[in-house]
Amino acid sequence: MIAKAVLGFLTERTGRSLDPGYDLLEAGLVSSLLALELVAFLERTFSVAIAGPDLDRQNFRSVDAMTGLVGRLLGGTGA
Amino acid sequence: MPDAPTLVKCLVWDLDNTLWRGTLLEGAQVEIPEAVRQVVTTLDSRGVLQSIASKNDHDLAWARLEELGMADYFVVPRIGWGPKSESVRAIAERLNFAHTTIAFVDDDPAERAEVTFHEPDIRCYGAQQVLGLTSLPEFSPRTVTVDSARRRQMYQANFRREAAQADFQGPAEEFLRTLGIVMEITRAGQQELARLEELTLRTSQMNATGVHYSRETLGRLLADPAHEVLAITLADRFGPHGAVGIVLLETRPRVWHLKLLATSCRVVSYGVGTVILNWLADQTARVGAHLAADFRATGRNRIMEVAYRFAGLGDQPCACLADLGRPEDGTQIQRLHLEPEPRALPQTMQVIAPELLGDPNRHLKGAIR
Repeated sequence: MIAKAVLGFLTERTGRSLDPGYDLLEAGLVSSLLALELVAFLERTFSVAIAGPDLDRQNFRSVDAMTGLVGRLLGGTGA
Repeated sequence: MPDAPTLVKCLVWDLDNTLWRGTLLEGAQVEIPEAVRQVVTTLDSRGVLQSIASKNDHDLAWARLEELGMADYFVVPRIGWGPKSESVRAIAERLNFAHTTIAFVDDDPAERAEVTFHEPDIRCYGAQQVLGLTSLPEFSPRTVTVDSARRRQMYQANFRREAAQADFQGPAEEFLRTLGIVMEITRAGQQELARLEELTLRTSQMNATGVHYSRETLGRLLADPAHEVLAITLADRFGPHGAVGIVLLETRPRVWHLKLLATSCRVVSYGVGTVILNWLADQTARVGAHLAADFRATGRNRIMEVAYRFAGLGDQPCACLADLGRPEDGTQIQRLHLEPEPRALPQTMQVIAPELLGDPNRHLKGAIR
């Protein structure tokens, strides 16, 4: 499950248990390094490529947003 | 005209009959001649790190170095009984320096040969060369900046910082909060240009365009009222990090143009790039301008692309982009754009920065058209 994997990763990195809808960027929780690690984590775990325009901060604003992004990328690569 | 030799970033010393006269374990009171002491302090002041690879009793040797008042000049010493090549390699790895930047000095030709055999890129010198080292080009950097003069202290502060992080129970982001990080953003003066030029050369991962700016070019931009050349320095409770970033900004009437943001890889984990971008976005919002930023994917700077996009810089077109000059590197440079709103202060560090109001004549320039 996408949301669970992302939540697990973020909890481990930030030490906080987060709601899927929690606004990470507003809370200033995501440094540039964590942002890159997040992108790399999503790409590795779900075998997707997150390029240019998809790196939009809105797609990473919350766990829900990331779940949506990955879901869309996975759906797009279906046969 | 031969190429200048690669500068030595770390000189590794043997002890017996190299750094000091005599053999410690033969019982004599070993001494360091004054002239050799001066070689050590001179190299230290030039920003050349120094270490030790010695086959000796560690505790006795270190105690003697402390008695001689020299221990503090040497970082990550390897004093023990293993092969010298292993010691020197371990030192290079700990410092994360390429072997081509490591030099080794030992009175024993067999030891030098052993090191050369296993690590051919490491330059070896005999003890008879010690007094002449400071005259060699590889030990003489062209410029000594504020940061290079205290490079050893910064490395030592960083080892203490790393030790504290290893002891810390909790996530990395929380550890940052315990550091009391202070970021200073200042308008660069002439004396900063050397280390800023160095930053545009040495950064690769946290560099938005990979374009190199010479000291001369930076000096011209410094003098231009429509440009801001900003130096970013960082310090925390363990000590200074020195200059860690550069911002090149052109302040046009309705759009501010971020031509370059480059930060040192050493502070990537502090989230410096994001803090700077948020501060810049906030400043741009205050004057009611848009922010445009140049980005060129270099194959090594994805983290900067992520930082830019997460800060809200995107591909959306805007009329203000027509105000900007053509990119220096032709078609490879992307122009990203942001319509900024005020941003909150960062939680992980204190930022001390000027209020940028842009070119004081910008309202006049806008009216001339």
